[in-house]
Amino acid sequence: MASITFREVEGGSLKYWLLFGGIGLFVLFGFLSYLYMHHHGHVVTGMDNQIVWGLPHVFAVFLIVAASGALNVASIASVFNKPMYKPLAPLSAILALALLAGGLLVLVLDLGRSDRLIVAMTHFNFKSMFTWNVFLYSGFFVLVGIYLWTMLDRNVKAYSKAAGTAAFIWRLTLTTGTGSLFGFLIARQLYGSSMLAPMFIIMSFAYGLAIYLIVLAAAYAWTGRPLGNAVMMRLKTLLAVFVAAVLYFVVVYHLTNLYFAKMGPVEAFILRDGGIFTSLFWVGQILVGNVIPLVILLTGLGKQRSWIMIASALVILGGIVQMYVTIIGAQAYPLDMFPGMTVKSSFYDGVIHSYTPSTPELFLGLGGVAVALLMTTFAVKVLRLLPASLDDTTVAALEH
Amino acid sequence: MSDTKMSDNTPDSPERRRFISTATVAAGVTLVPGVMLVEVAQGRPEDQPASSAVRWGMLIDATKCASGCDDCVSACSTENGWTPVAESKHPTQAPQWIRKLELQDPLTQGQTNLPMLCQHCAEPPCVDVCPTGASFKRDDGIVLVNRHICIGCRYCMMACPYKARSLVHEPLNDTQKPDVPRGIGCVEACTFCVQKVDRGDGTTACAEACAKSGNNAILFGDMNDPESEISKRLRELPTKQVRADLNLNLGVRYHGI
Amino acid sequence: MKRLLALGAVVLTTAALAWAGSEEPAQSGGAPKPVITKATKGEHCVEPNDFMRRNHMKVLLHHRDETVIEGIRTKKYSLKECINCHASEKTGSVAASKDDFCVSCHSYAAVKIDCFDCHSTKPQGSMAMHPLNAETAHYAHKLAAQAGRPVSTEEMAGIAQ
Repeated sequence: MASITFREVEGGSLKYWLLFGGIGLFVLFGFLSYLYMHHHGHVVTGMDNQIVWGLPHVFAVFLIVAASGALNVASIASVFNKPMYKPLAPLSAILALALLAGGLLVLVLDLGRSDRLIVAMTHFNFKSMFTWNVFLYSGFFVLVGIYLWTMLDRNVKAYSKAAGTAAFIWRLTLTTGTGSLFGFLIARQLYGSSMLAPMFIIMSFAYGLAIYLIVLAAAYAWTGRPLGNAVMMRLKTLLAVFVAAVLYFVVVYHLTNLYFAKMGPVEAFILRDGGIFTSLFWVGQILVGNVIPLVILLTGLGKQRSWIMIASALVILGGIVQMYVTIIGAQAYPLDMFPGMTVKSSFYDGVIHSYTPSTPELFLGLGGVAVALLMTTFAVKVLRLLPASLDDTTVAALEH
Repeated sequence: MSDTKMSDNTPDSPERRRFISTATVAAGVTLVPGVMLVEVAQGRPEDQPASSAVRWGMLIDATKCASGCDDCVSACSTENGWTPVAESKHPTQAPQWIRKLELQDPLTQGQTNLPMLCQHCAEPPCVDVCPTGASFKRDDGIVLVNRHICIGCRYCMMACPYKARSLVHEPLNDTQKPDVPRGIGCVEACTFCVQKVDRGDGTTACAEACAKSGNNAILFGDMNDPESEISKRLRELPTKQVRADLNLNLGVRYHGI
Repeated sequence: MKRLLALGAVVLTTAALAWAGSEEPAQSGGAPKPVITKATKGEHCVEPNDFMRRNHMKVLLHHRDETVIEGIRTKKYSLKECINCHASEKTGSVAASKDDFCVSCHSYAAVKIDCFDCHSTKPQGSMAMHPLNAETAHYAHKLAAQAGRPVSTEEMAGIAQ
């Protein structure tokens, strides 16, 4: 097996610091948004007692789901012994850590009492999916951290497969946990389904890989390192498979729901009558997030790198829209306490709830994305994560 | 008795309270056993923890609940210090511990009025999902939020099938009642007027207001005591639990829905 | 406009009071010592002063869990009872102005108090018994603003002793 040289990114150029500063600016905006929301309370957000989880949760859950997906490339290398993926693994691991950190940060900064975070780490109710997730997230950091170490330090290289396998199993559990945050809720009709856990896993595959592809291509383009078509073509085919699988799960999920009469009205809300949510579902989630990327990736367009980038960006955009529909759409539909009756009250019972995200919420969410990108940008400068070259001959040598 | 120093001058000193409680129990002994049980449940001494021998519950008779009357809602707001939604600058974000629902059957046009509040489930979903254990069920069946460890994650609000919970979205600036602490960033809901229950009032602000209005649609009491008023009425009247399909064993039962 | 004037009046009154409060001669050297006002009721605290100064947070923490979780409502170590005795005569509160009982020491020791985000800083009954806000304590300022007159700190506190 040919050896691969990993090298830090130089990171002294003006371009690097411009990138660093640009992302840092968003981190700053995110932090200022947090301070503003924390000072005034959630009254300055678009969230209320009807839409209790808003845009920050959309970003947070998306990032957490994408985090476990970003680890996939590394898993393919270590768990499934595909040598071609070996040089791609360290970036995959660091991206997973960074995305999770970004997502968690948004999640905890959106708490009503974010100053009491320590309470969440000292008081546990083990019947809560949330508590389980606290442990799943911490474990993910530890396991992926160890895995990354086995990849970077020759002395512990022998443990790489074991660490990679552990991280892989853990990440599947983690996304099951994230999906179950919603799947374990009996109150809301669109949740309370075991479909959500596997669906979140397959979504994580797609979103994580799309982010990975963009970060990889950007890193190689901006540092002038060669990145051959072999890698890109392999990854884009994989992305197409994942996106198709997401579409499959979404179709099955809604078809199952449609079969049950009691789910009829709420499904009609998402699929037909829900106004903004219906548009977001069909145009954002299905068309932009699934259909167009599939068309790009599976036709001749997918041979051009710029189109692969567009497809990946669309998958990410569609993923955020999917989270919006999943999280906010499900809350917008009123609780059905008295089936078959129309309900009126001062507490907005029986009416479709509307939600307008406020600017601080948006910037808090974007701040999480920025934190993830900033961590990655910094990590590739200080750690040997990226192979000096991924041209076709180097990659081909790995496979023989 | 060590706790006398501080409260020598307070009108409601522990001795006096304890004397009253003892007297109540003593009086109870001389009465018929059933009545004594009620007195024990309601006059729990202040140094005794809430007991699972009691299960506080509510019977709401929707047939007596008057359309357009919201005396229970105002009484709750006054007792517990939350701003009525009509007075709030942010109505969608204003907490509402209790609200009036107007139901209509679109086919028959039949109308039903009822107050909706925390149902004080025996198997509360909000308690199950709470990551820190801040949502909890007291031994006497009252579901409460321990605001000291509530982190404001709102998972309980996602989990509650009755939309009974609210987040306090803005600072309250010391407008709270001394008996009812509540604050920004924490989730809250109906407490069955736990401060009144612990004081031995044996009723809630909404039930009192409903009785005062003459509608008598709300009855509060100990559902574990077979001789209590509420238990007797529950035996006579057919009642339903809202979303009985979830099998949460609710502390609030409705007649006429 | 009326409201704006009322608001202005409130700000001025508060500022004046704050200024008046700051007249105390500054201590020479070091931070100004906390003002410890004697409790308005009772001869002595539930425990010796030295013990309470060091351990009030421990007994309050223990009592708070017993009260909230178990429903034990004994008065000793109850925060409400602390407030009943220690609310200042001027503001009717333990934490409304910088010289009030809790705030004074806590700012000296630079320890943030989390109690009063949720707990009332005033004794039981004081708000409800106030003629201005018998039923709706939470709109005191609003009612006053509509009446077109300023509310003083004392009025807001609604001290009823």
